[in-house]
Amino acid sequence: MNAVSMAKRQTEPVEGPPLHLKPLDKRRFGYSEARHLLWRAGFGGTPAQIQTLASWGSEKSVDHLLNYRDVPYEAPGADTFDADIMRPPSDEERRMIRAAQRSQDENALAQYRLRRQQAQRRDRLQIGEMQRWWLKRMIETPRPFEEKMTLFWHGRLATGYRTIENSYHMYLQNQTFRAHGAGNFGAILTSIVRDPAMLKYLDNDESSKRRPNENLARELMELFSLGVGAYSERDIKEGARALTGYTFRDDEFYFDRQNHDTGNKNILGIRAAHDGESFVRAILAQRACSEYLASNLYRFFVRHVPTDPRQQDEATQMIVGKIAAALRRADYEIRPVLRQIFLSEHFYHPGVMHEQIKSPTELVVGAIRSLNAPVRDLAVLNDALDLMGQRLFFPPSVKGWDGGRVWVNTSTMFVRQNILAFLLTGKKPVGYDAVAGGDPFDPMALLDELEAGDPGASNNPAKVVDYLLRLTLGRSPTQAREVLTEFVESHGGVRRDVITGALLLVTAMPEYQLC
Amino acid sequence: MTLHNNPSEASAFTRREFLHTGLTMASAAVAVPHFLQRSALALPMAAPGLSSIAGVDEDRILVVCQLGGGNDGLNTVIPFRQDAYYRARPGLALRGEDQLLELSKLGANGSEGVALHRAMAGVKSLYDDGLCAVVQGVGYPNPNRSHFKSMDIWHTGDTSGTGDGWLGRYIDSECCGYGKGESGKDDGTNRGVGETINPPIAIGRTAPLALEGGRVKPVAFETPDLFRWMGEDVHESLVDPYEKLAQQGVAPGTDPHSNAAFLMRTTLDAQVSSDQIRQAVSRQPLVRYPGTNLGRQLQMVGSMIRSGLKTRVYYVTHSGFDTHSGQGGANGRHAQLLQQFGDAVKAFYDDLKAQENDSRVMTMCFSEFGRRVSQNASGGTDHGTAAPMFLLGPMVNAGVIGAHPSLTNLDQGDLKYTIDFRSVYSDVLGSWLGAKDPDAILEGRFRALRVVKG
Repeated sequence: MNAVSMAKRQTEPVEGPPLHLKPLDKRRFGYSEARHLLWRAGFGGTPAQIQTLASWGSEKSVDHLLNYRDVPYEAPGADTFDADIMRPPSDEERRMIRAAQRSQDENALAQYRLRRQQAQRRDRLQIGEMQRWWLKRMIETPRPFEEKMTLFWHGRLATGYRTIENSYHMYLQNQTFRAHGAGNFGAILTSIVRDPAMLKYLDNDESSKRRPNENLARELMELFSLGVGAYSERDIKEGARALTGYTFRDDEFYFDRQNHDTGNKNILGIRAAHDGESFVRAILAQRACSEYLASNLYRFFVRHVPTDPRQQDEATQMIVGKIAAALRRADYEIRPVLRQIFLSEHFYHPGVMHEQIKSPTELVVGAIRSLNAPVRDLAVLNDALDLMGQRLFFPPSVKGWDGGRVWVNTSTMFVRQNILAFLLTGKKPVGYDAVAGGDPFDPMALLDELEAGDPGASNNPAKVVDYLLRLTLGRSPTQAREVLTEFVESHGGVRRDVITGALLLVTAMPEYQLC
Repeated sequence: MTLHNNPSEASAFTRREFLHTGLTMASAAVAVPHFLQRSALALPMAAPGLSSIAGVDEDRILVVCQLGGGNDGLNTVIPFRQDAYYRARPGLALRGEDQLLELSKLGANGSEGVALHRAMAGVKSLYDDGLCAVVQGVGYPNPNRSHFKSMDIWHTGDTSGTGDGWLGRYIDSECCGYGKGESGKDDGTNRGVGETINPPIAIGRTAPLALEGGRVKPVAFETPDLFRWMGEDVHESLVDPYEKLAQQGVAPGTDPHSNAAFLMRTTLDAQVSSDQIRQAVSRQPLVRYPGTNLGRQLQMVGSMIRSGLKTRVYYVTHSGFDTHSGQGGANGRHAQLLQQFGDAVKAFYDDLKAQENDSRVMTMCFSEFGRRVSQNASGGTDHGTAAPMFLLGPMVNAGVIGAHPSLTNLDQGDLKYTIDFRSVYSDVLGSWLGAKDPDAILEGRFRALRVVKG
């Protein structure tokens, strides 16, 4: 870069991020960058964690987060939840029901109906337990990136409990997402067309050779891999034929050979006796697949841009194109590509940092993790997620959550502020009991790092406020610093209750919704 | 990190500690902050969230009352002259003058041989005053008997039960020119700087799907006291800095299209709406409402209408109709629910009349499905299909619309619907709310049933 363009750059501070994936100068990876990385690749970090990453530098930090399998943590067990609640009736039971129907034995039929209803009720309780279980795992995990990827897939390859009414299948799908993490996209797509919850959700279990159901074939291309317009109606029809016979028995994928159309199909220009696996291969061969996946990864981890490349501005198309090319070069291995993104100068540009609206899950999990706040009551937190529009295992449709500004409106803004008030003080977001419940929050522990780096600073209101703003907002706006410093000074200085009050105020600021 | 949560150690923090600092707790009744002043500050960046929609007749209001759980239509609007009714319901049927409120003939209608449950004196009185239309046999093809699914179908107006809500799509189309409710098509990133829209209000924990649009998101609260920042309850000293931080505005040089600016505007919107709504609801109503849950909800809606909020769609919910057992007949659980319903809507229209707002407000009442014709072995009824709807207000085509569905020509023990609920929606949208193209909103062609006076 010559001196002229250098000067030009300095007079235009709002210039967009560089449109390449070249790595950030290692010397520029400090507290702010480490904090940003922890939020985007996970759910935020405590001051100590931020300092540690800052001292490690970018490469070691990114590798530590991404290669989480080196960090020991127990995998969820097969028996964490009851697999049998929604077991379909056995052949024996089915015979008895049919007999009761024939003989119009209303009592016996009522009995069966009642048993079914009871099972459904138990299952709804179990999906509630599962929501809290996952939330707890996101809060506690030493592998935040693993859960972040799981959340990414849950929103991208969305299945809703409300339609499938089988909590254990939702659990199995959640495990599948976690097992793949940032693995190979082809492998992920292949497992999703064999996933019982998805097969049920998109009606493929009702598809047959004679009457192929097009739902899964359509969404597989439209929402999961290619995006609108990158395939034809004919590809859907032919794809649906390739997926015939893909169903499940109990909790496992089942290939119903009798029901599979073995004939030749022409999908995305490839003519063969396609099945689900080769359908996925035909998709991966499309350039549009790499662009669509790149857009989705970029939207989730970097900037909330449209997923349809045709709706993206030129700069976005350019950077997404670079990511797409990287994905193709890596044969759709996601981890190395995300590594490149997380190390890039682009990722740490001011136009990218602090510009993503936290999802409800990121808000709640991130607040607890970064402030070391007590969990208090998972049921209340889970409820708040629902009120903020992100009920885990209940995405609103196969499109998943739209994200971005849709998260925030006049109603959810208060819930967002109030759930933070609950975490910090125990003040219930619903109900009138003034101050209730749970472990005390100790904000003073957050100041240890400040004191270590600058002895005496943890007694200085201005320094403490500046430090807390940089922790919570990633920056320290002058006006906010003045208001808060005055608040701390006029209420007796740096002490636990006053600092909690200051954090209540900061977390109610509009900027706190960003990460 | 521990997940320890021991209620016995509750309030170990804050309350006591704050008291130790010598400061007093914020009073329970929070003074309404200077919202006028604040909204003046907010202009032109953010007009108050309850501004008007350009080009729409703002006077007209729709209140939706959802009877949740599947109301037993057959014991609500009762075909009391038919033997089949008594045969199917030996333990639940109502009979005789003191159990039935026979509906008189109003205009050309299907009132012949039907009566209201005796608990519905409130509705009967509205009917006699020409303020009530009863639409019989409302349902949809291939009825779904799951509460969730059928409710989704009613909320979306789509028999697959997917997509945005029908009223959300209406408000989208009015404010933003969106006909179809594809939420994915607009994620709000294009929302203009000063553009605010008038969100529908639901009384309840969460907003119903019916109100969810792609662009316009509903406001929902159980009580307006929950529709605000709770931090101010923790300590009164927080109120002042909170307002200062909210009012500071975006830093100079901030891109007005940035998320930071968007969040700043939304926060101001929320505070202004919260202040207006809380102020509205704090006023004494002009009539006495019953102290029931539905009465309380409608009282809030009445107060908001009276205070002149520009909100055009409100949503209230009356639940508990899932009477699988111990439903009762002339007395009992179902009777009680109907009584609460009738008394609340009667008080609501008395209030609106006293406010001189009655002609502006139409109320539409529905349930996700009716119940089976035959009672079950537990003295209750199971999930069924078609059921009556109620439309209230001086603008409705009062009387009984449509014939009662046959009790003998059944579909596997269930009533066959005679009127598609979307024909009702179509007229409510077109004739009442002034939608230019109800078909586009409903994503299909439904012949409008004349529920609004021509």
